[in-house]
Amino acid sequence: MGVKLPTAVMALLTLATSAGAQERRDDIVARGEYLARAGDCIACHTAPEGRIFAGGRAMPTPFGTLYTSNITPDPDTGIGKWTADDFYKTMHSGRFPDGGLIYPAMPFASYTKVTRADSDAIFAYLKSIPAVNQKDRPHELRFPYDNRQLILGWRTLYFREGEYKPDPTKSAEWNRGAYLVEGLGHCGMCHSPINALGGTSQSDAFKGGLIPMQNWYAPSLTSNREAGLGEWSLKDITDLLQIGISMRGVVYGPMAEVVHNSLQYLNDEDSKAMAVYLKGIAGPQPPAPSSALPSSESSLLVSLGKTVYDARCASCHGAQGEGKPPHWPPLANNQSIEMESAVNPIRMVLNGGYPPGTAGNPKPYGMPPFAGLLSDNEVAAVVSYIRTAWGNRGAPVSAREANELRAAPLN
Amino acid sequence: MAARVEACTPCHGDKGQGTSDVYFPRLAGKPAGYLYNQLLAFRSGRRKYPPMNYLLEFLTDPYLQAMADYFANEHPPLPQPTLSDVNPEILAHGEALVTHGDASGSIPACISCHGPALTGMEPGIPGLLGLRANYVSAQLGAWRYGTRTAKSPDCMQNVAGRLTEADVTAIAAWLATRPAPVNPSPVPKGAYALPFGCGSQPD
Repeated sequence: MGVKLPTAVMALLTLATSAGAQERRDDIVARGEYLARAGDCIACHTAPEGRIFAGGRAMPTPFGTLYTSNITPDPDTGIGKWTADDFYKTMHSGRFPDGGLIYPAMPFASYTKVTRADSDAIFAYLKSIPAVNQKDRPHELRFPYDNRQLILGWRTLYFREGEYKPDPTKSAEWNRGAYLVEGLGHCGMCHSPINALGGTSQSDAFKGGLIPMQNWYAPSLTSNREAGLGEWSLKDITDLLQIGISMRGVVYGPMAEVVHNSLQYLNDEDSKAMAVYLKGIAGPQPPAPSSALPSSESSLLVSLGKTVYDARCASCHGAQGEGKPPHWPPLANNQSIEMESAVNPIRMVLNGGYPPGTAGNPKPYGMPPFAGLLSDNEVAAVVSYIRTAWGNRGAPVSAREANELRAAPLN
Repeated sequence: MAARVEACTPCHGDKGQGTSDVYFPRLAGKPAGYLYNQLLAFRSGRRKYPPMNYLLEFLTDPYLQAMADYFANEHPPLPQPTLSDVNPEILAHGEALVTHGDASGSIPACISCHGPALTGMEPGIPGLLGLRANYVSAQLGAWRYGTRTAKSPDCMQNVAGRLTEADVTAIAAWLATRPAPVNPSPVPKGAYALPFGCGSQPD
């Protein structure tokens, strides 16, 4: 039509557009920060007492020690020269922009599910933080694991590249939860069994496993006999994820880190979406095998355990294991006490622990460590007692199991 | 707050008075700033003791401050001083170092920073009484070897680096024999001038 706008109107439009673009850019950065929280990038890419996202944190693995990389926008030592394309391809394919292979301690097998728009937002956020000039420290891996070509084999076995594909038979909320749990949340990194090659097969996703090097058991998310949430209310699940405590249980150990650095920052909608998805994947499972009839040895152990429990534990956890939730978790009908692996209850008795400080629970109550107060036999006895009392269907544990976990790493 | 710090009590006592384990220190009545600095150092891993590092890892600054305030405000009586089986010459050497430093002047007297009554100074300098010889000796050893460090200028590392193992034994033994002072509270900030800069006790 060739209608010409007066110059003044043009100028105004230009102003409005650039202001809009600026605002949009701020929104994207804020969304990127939120998503970086959801991905818990800080847990690995920031060293203790180090500058945020400057890397250098030691990550012990069964294959040697990896040091995390600097992801601040420093052009020489960080990702300052990267483009949004580079960042997306790295997150998506597990290869550096120059094609180099990334060790799968970086959860790219989960991050591959992240959408391009979300990847761009995270990249925009990372470009907005202060640049730190700090060279990455070389990894210290043992032969033969120092050969990056081995990663090709790992990738063939365990890596399926591709963004999250929504399941059209499920609700938008379920799909949002799945996207967060399977993608940025990278929950499968711990909650799936890790085999000797450091991989997880697809069919074992979320079936639980002992976390290498940390010796905490990350329980199954698909079995209601472990951390499956099929019988939990949505409110209890979102409380656990956002606040770290709930009427059903409390997070300690590595999961305290996840809540502290990541999940507490998720908004109510996303927490609920994760809860809906998690509740959904905890399918029916065979009933608990009735625990073997206590031998005379284990009935002695359980009887000593009751004595220890009444003296040391009952004042907080209740004579019937009912606890004083949400701060003192119930032990009766508590999946983490009853599940097949007794690693977590033994470690809680030995090491105690604080739930994470969160906005919803800034001054958590802590469990005292009993390592110095109880013998191996007493630890085994009290754990055997709480696993079998009040209708709990766990199995007794031995003094040897308790003793072995005294040497478990604490950080 | 007492229920919130119950996790501390098996090792430090219900009022922070210490327990029978000689390596676990008394917390009660120490300056809150000192206790807070230790909690921060244990949380970050700068001060290494895995059971402490683990407990504090995901607690927030304000909460650690509240814990420090809690134990700073507890005042259970100081324990009876121990009768030392260390020989009198060694104790005399310890007393000399604590009260006068060494003859050449390269080691300052402990009392020049920790106070004439060894009760410390607000907010960051701890008192040295009510601690067992094993604890003091282990900590001085850690400072000497650089496994315990503090904010720069790290005055304790400078001082401990000049001590010999025999000095450490003597200082720890003599301190453990000292009776409780009439007023065990740390003196107010600025009550006396420090001989040198200290990262934990900013001006």
